[in-house]
Amino acid sequence: MDILERMKRGLSTILSALICVIIGLAFGFVILFFLSLSSYAASGNEYTLKQVFDTAFDEGFMRLMKGCFYMVRRGLKTEISQAAPLIMTGLSVGFAFKTGLFNIGAAGQYTLGAFGALYCAIVLKLPWYLCLLGSVIMGAIWGAIPGFFKAYFKINEVITAIMFNWIGLYAVNTIIYGGGTGAMYCAKTTKTWAIGKGVYEGTTIPNMNILFKNEGWGAYVQQTSIAIFFAIIVAVILYVIINKTTFGYEIRACGYSQTAARYAGINEKRNIILSMAIAGGLAGFGAGLYYLSGVAEWQPLVSTSLPGFGFDGISVALLASSNPIGIIFSALFIAHIDVGGGYMNASFFPREIADIVSGIIIYLCAFMLLFKSAIARVFASRNDLKGGK
Amino acid sequence: MSEYIIEMRNITKVFPGIRANDDITLQLKKGEIHALLGENGAGKSTLMSVLFGLYQPESGTILKDGQVVKINNPNDANALKIGMVHQHFKLVEVFTVLENIILGAETTSMGMLEKKAARKRVVELSEKYGLKVNPDAMVEDISVGMQQRVEILKMLYRNNDILIFDEPTAVLTPQEIDDLMEIMRGFAKEGKSILFITHKLNEIMAVADRCTVLRKGKCMGTVDIKNTTKEELSRMMVGRDVSFEVEKKDIEVGNTVLEVRNVTVASKVHKNNAVKSVSFDVREGEIVCIAGIEGNGQTEFIQALTGLEKMASGSVRLYGRELKPLSIRQRARSGMAHIPEDRHKHGLVLDYTLEQNLVLQRYWTDEFKKWGFIKNRAVRAHAKRLIEKFDVRSGQGPITIARSMSGGNQQKAIIGREIDRNEPLVVAVQPTRGLDVGAIEFIHQQLVQVRDSGRAVLLVSLELDEVMKLSDRILVMYEGEIVGEFDPKVTTVQELGLYMAGGKRQNKAKEA
Repeated sequence: MDILERMKRGLSTILSALICVIIGLAFGFVILFFLSLSSYAASGNEYTLKQVFDTAFDEGFMRLMKGCFYMVRRGLKTEISQAAPLIMTGLSVGFAFKTGLFNIGAAGQYTLGAFGALYCAIVLKLPWYLCLLGSVIMGAIWGAIPGFFKAYFKINEVITAIMFNWIGLYAVNTIIYGGGTGAMYCAKTTKTWAIGKGVYEGTTIPNMNILFKNEGWGAYVQQTSIAIFFAIIVAVILYVIINKTTFGYEIRACGYSQTAARYAGINEKRNIILSMAIAGGLAGFGAGLYYLSGVAEWQPLVSTSLPGFGFDGISVALLASSNPIGIIFSALFIAHIDVGGGYMNASFFPREIADIVSGIIIYLCAFMLLFKSAIARVFASRNDLKGGK
Repeated sequence: MSEYIIEMRNITKVFPGIRANDDITLQLKKGEIHALLGENGAGKSTLMSVLFGLYQPESGTILKDGQVVKINNPNDANALKIGMVHQHFKLVEVFTVLENIILGAETTSMGMLEKKAARKRVVELSEKYGLKVNPDAMVEDISVGMQQRVEILKMLYRNNDILIFDEPTAVLTPQEIDDLMEIMRGFAKEGKSILFITHKLNEIMAVADRCTVLRKGKCMGTVDIKNTTKEELSRMMVGRDVSFEVEKKDIEVGNTVLEVRNVTVASKVHKNNAVKSVSFDVREGEIVCIAGIEGNGQTEFIQALTGLEKMASGSVRLYGRELKPLSIRQRARSGMAHIPEDRHKHGLVLDYTLEQNLVLQRYWTDEFKKWGFIKNRAVRAHAKRLIEKFDVRSGQGPITIARSMSGGNQQKAIIGREIDRNEPLVVAVQPTRGLDVGAIEFIHQQLVQVRDSGRAVLLVSLELDEVMKLSDRILVMYEGEIVGEFDPKVTTVQELGLYMAGGKRQNKAKEA
């Protein structure tokens, strides 16, 4: 009875998330169709609606859906490398949601995490696992600050976090650039030094070739770092902490009702700071996983906008209803369509279609409760029928 | 012309998993006060929401003056001259009384508000029916009683003839309740018809002409008040005999459990202190009750006692141990159970399951915690035991979400949780507020059992009936001070009322 009930609740959450995804994709297809139509019309040649539809479907929609599998040799690595930080920022936002806080500061914490990781790697030349620790610590500090203001001065964490996003971004860029002579800055590439080679040996996270043989699917991921597994492990640990421990019980109680938590003798101030620090640490860890995987370097001159992974974390968390295990899958999905967006026929379709789809999905997440109750009604009426026979 | 101004015939309304109204028929005569009685969750509010157009019934018809009508939304109801005072008022806090009354029925000329004529009407209506309001006061500044009068004026302003009152007395002081009864009688005399939803039997006996009783969504019948008794009504409502008396064992009071000395608490609302130098003792085997009208410092005192708020000065000792420097958790551990005033705000984490709520004050003990993990099996067993012992009813047992439970069962869960902790002192603040007679009876028995087992109870209550019935000693609080101490066997409700309203005070409070 109990397990059945829990499965039912879980199932209706998953179903409603799927409804969001399907509607989002359908909307994306409509846009693809019109883009395709306007390109045909602009070309001046004769065309049929079937052609328009086929182009939109084959060269747009299907590539979006196929994601990395369209060009698996290159795509799989990109997708997995992107999924790892997305899982982490998703966990960051989701964990904060569980405690009743909106961590819009994941982008800033991610930035600081990137700085922590790169500083440890390039300047201190530490091994990668210590660099990861550095990213966690920096992210946690950046998360704890809005938490502190919220707990002791009742300043909304959203406002503080947004401001600290920008403070963090410009501080990090200024330090890394260092007027063009920063220790971490490579003037030739206008990025931070590429780690993992030469003096930076041992600063990158190992690749999957230590796990898989160079054959079959294993061949595609030889050069992909094992970062994704760390992200998945953290998600599982977080799931256990939130749902099985007294600490999780306390922070969820704070999230649902601060007054009731206080009545129960829970130190809600400490909990707010702690959960923002943990959320920040998670986002920072995500940055560490990404930049220590050797797939990208930080660009202090170009990065005048906040890293997208931080904000995508919000959609990842929403889509998964903040469930850590669900976040693994929603992050994979977002990374999937993002990679797929890049493989669409660029002469018809801009890759930002993927962002539109995920944007619509976030928007629909607000209706998740509606979908859920609709699904519950379907369940209920079926039970009625069973009872009535 | 039909005898009935409103008839609801065979109304059935189904929600997922529950038949809230099952074939209910309600007939309202012109000019009568018709009470609708039922326990929490019996379907009263659902039925009224159907009449008011907020819900559409699965089957059944509504007739006005013998004609079938369809009510799709509150505007339709309004057009049929049906008005409703909701249990939780629907007023705009930052509007004035006048603006609230005319909201939705404004008279305008050239798109501009015509307030002058409206004000004239409101003043006329308020004088005619003795509904004292200040049309220019902000709603957020006026008392709850006056807010209710604003709601009533809203109905009158719209020329409503059928007035629905949803538990109107829950928020009022005894004096205000008497006034309201008088107003309702006036309306009936004028030919207006009143539907009066309540679960307070005394009020029905005092004011109603007829009464329809609901139980678990079903109609148990309609009776003439002239030909019935309180006992019969409660039997119809609950389905069994309910005792209005509480039996207490004769026991000797023991050692002092709680010593309160000169406790002063600052107010959050105004500059004066909310609690002024309060002193008293509570001993083993007695129920001490703090009586008083709402807002005289009881809430602040209890919050200071339990640690939710700071006390400015004074001392509180539990078996000689000073509580002042202790945290909420430490106070709870040192022997104090607390049934809070607001069960939604403090008593429960509404989105937690019932079993999670039942360990809210003990999840950190070794019984439920090992290596930082919650022992789910122990939690489940604990929940099952409490549910059984305290008869907590819910849809899905231990895994029911607390929010979905009825108020009475939520309160039973809290009371079970706190009493079961076996602490020497139970602090209970308005433990029966808003509950029906069956639940009240049960909760009273539980509190008396705590006392009979030689533990101490500090009770805060606004209901004088409850105070007289349960207490061994009564302390009356007025404007933050204890103005008198009484023995319920000697004193009368009238005398208490006098002290509660500030008309009289004993001077012996100083000697402690």
